[in-house]
Amino acid sequence: MTYNFAFLDEDTKRMLRRALLKAVAIPGYQVPFGSREMPLPYGWGTGGIQVTAALLGPDDVLKVIDQGADDTTNAVNIRRFFHRVAGVATTEHTAEATLIQTRHRIPETSLREDQILVFQVPEPEPLRTLEPREAETRTLHALADYGLMHVKLYEDIAQYGHIATSYDYPVLVDGRFLTSPSPIPKFDNPKLDRSPALMLFGAGREKRLYAIPPYTRVESLAFDDHPFEIQRWEHRCELCGSGESYLDEVVVDDRGTRMFVCSDTDFCSGRRTEAQA
Amino acid sequence: MTADLMLELRDIGKSFELHHQHGARLDVLRGLDLRLHAGECVVLSGPSGAGKSTLLRVIYANYRLSFGAVHLRHAGRWLDLARATPHEVLEVRRHTLGYVSQFLRVIPRVPALDIVAEPLLQAGMGEGEARRRAGDLLHRLNVPERLWLLPPGTFSGGEQQRVNIARGLIVRRPILLLDEPTASLDAANRDVVAQLLAEARADGSAVLGIFHDEDMRDRVATRLFPMQALEAA
Amino acid sequence: MSALLQVRGLGRHYGQRIGCEDVSFDLHPGELLCIVGESGSGKSTLLNTVAAQQAPSAGSACYRQRSGGWLELGALGEADRRRLAREEWGFVTQNPRDGLRLNVSAGANVAERLMALGMRNYAQLRDIARGWLERVEIDPARIDDAPTSFSGGMQQRLQIARTLVTQPRLVFMDEPTAGLDVSVQARILDLLRRLVNELGLAAVMVTHDLAVARLLAARTLVMQGGRVVETGLTDQILDDPQHPYTQLLVSSVLTT
Repeated sequence: MTYNFAFLDEDTKRMLRRALLKAVAIPGYQVPFGSREMPLPYGWGTGGIQVTAALLGPDDVLKVIDQGADDTTNAVNIRRFFHRVAGVATTEHTAEATLIQTRHRIPETSLREDQILVFQVPEPEPLRTLEPREAETRTLHALADYGLMHVKLYEDIAQYGHIATSYDYPVLVDGRFLTSPSPIPKFDNPKLDRSPALMLFGAGREKRLYAIPPYTRVESLAFDDHPFEIQRWEHRCELCGSGESYLDEVVVDDRGTRMFVCSDTDFCSGRRTEAQA
Repeated sequence: MTADLMLELRDIGKSFELHHQHGARLDVLRGLDLRLHAGECVVLSGPSGAGKSTLLRVIYANYRLSFGAVHLRHAGRWLDLARATPHEVLEVRRHTLGYVSQFLRVIPRVPALDIVAEPLLQAGMGEGEARRRAGDLLHRLNVPERLWLLPPGTFSGGEQQRVNIARGLIVRRPILLLDEPTASLDAANRDVVAQLLAEARADGSAVLGIFHDEDMRDRVATRLFPMQALEAA
Repeated sequence: MSALLQVRGLGRHYGQRIGCEDVSFDLHPGELLCIVGESGSGKSTLLNTVAAQQAPSAGSACYRQRSGGWLELGALGEADRRRLAREEWGFVTQNPRDGLRLNVSAGANVAERLMALGMRNYAQLRDIARGWLERVEIDPARIDDAPTSFSGGMQQRLQIARTLVTQPRLVFMDEPTAGLDVSVQARILDLLRRLVNELGLAAVMVTHDLAVARLLAARTLVMQGGRVVETGLTDQILDDPQHPYTQLLVSSVLTT
């Protein structure tokens, strides 16, 4: 059985590209699109896959990561999927990729202008937990009426003594739209700010796309006396020794022995190769 | 020397129409004229049912006039209160026209001292000074200090009446209407009220009042104004 | 003194049915106006129309902004309407659960309007919230408790704190004491009375309770069947009612 290049039909890709152009034109604004049924369930990255499918050309080199790792089930499957339906080259090296689809992380290696990062987004609406009515959140966005978001941060401090939101930390894009960065750790938020690479976000179930174009100002919300802070660890990566990367705590045996390692597997192995050389 | 005319009632009429009692109509006042000057105390006299309280309420604009005019001097000019806007009436009540009834309207939870101080606050005085003056006046009226911070709901009739007088007299207004303010007071406290009224008059206030107690009436009145009940129409 | 609100010939129809019709009044700064009448008399319709929560079918309501300019409320865009609601107005609903955000703490409820105005200092927000809880007689130690753990009277007081914290120029209140115990009512009325005096608030309050009008409002509108049948000083209306309906209303009050 043969598929159209990159699985989706050309009309659907055109619809997606139009929506993406609009999203790039209005940084942070959620553009509705006609999300298609994909050969995997919602929540597995259907939004990201559709964006990727609309962007891929035969010369692209695709990297897919899940929680920073190239070797997890979701990442492997999506990479194989596109290799099969588009025949494009794939890689695990951030520097070699032209298009990176990601879930929950931004690579540690700095991105370049000729790269595009595609995020899988479960809930594109940062105000949703506070305001269940879609019509109301749209109005709040239209009027840039964002006091509500600080209610959540206030509650965090009141409950935990600090802003405890550690992932999907809300940002203001280009000083205008309140935006969900998808469930990346807040550690990655600074990488969104004035990034040379184009960042695209796709939410398949919620049928929304949005974008942070290159070099756009992205500000993480905070209070004057409780400024935005990223996670810090007392440990270094036990594999590569990095002190600047996002670490995962891993249980390694049945006695509960733990170790801290880089969540970005490509970054970690790259450092180890370098160290050996 | 003639004192300034403060209040002039011209051809006043007041009737009540009771829509739910077969449209019954009660005529209480008709064709009444009265002039009140600064420094005088005119006491309304006459049998009960002559419309004395009604007259005071009409002047205070608590009752709406059916006929005639209530001219009074307010902030240096003459105003017909019967035709004034609600905002003008409120302004006149705040600064020019005071009214002390027999009964204190108790406000839940508000202590006596604050009830007395309130007119001063509304006139723009600071809270500390207003409360100090309220305390002074309550003291003069022999309201024991232990009661000052209690809401007067549970006070005796005489105590409530003294709180009410204090509230009514604390701001010096050019025209004072008094509806039996001393009805349940003992002799000593009636003395205090008589003194307070004398001071107000000496300050130039014009007083129009109802005092059933003849002794009190003789002490405060500069002139009596007799009233008769209207014959049934 | 210039009016804050000018209502002229205001009407609101629901199809053939009249919500309210031909209502005119002025509201001045620092003044509390009560709208009284029985259920279905159009009180709440009038309030909601004046508060720009629904468009008038006839007539106009104009509001003088803090900047001095007049706004015709019927022609207001959504952005302006929300700006007014956020920066210059307050609305207290009958059921505090409609006016509160129940899934966040009492402190956040009070602080929300300040944050909407751009206040971004957490410590300062906490201080102001504590101060307001105290002002409405809620133990400031309960600042982090959920409003769902509060009694009805406390919730209503919390709603009042949440509304007044930004010192609005004009407050709309829809039966703020209905549905509460009498003792709880007295406390809230006293509180409102005090705050209205202290803050110099202008307010329009809907109530069916004449005693509430007597206690709080210098002026009152009496409504029946969507129309204003009598208007004037509250004590005039209660002590010398002219219209048959007002006479009925006044004579129906139980005195204790």
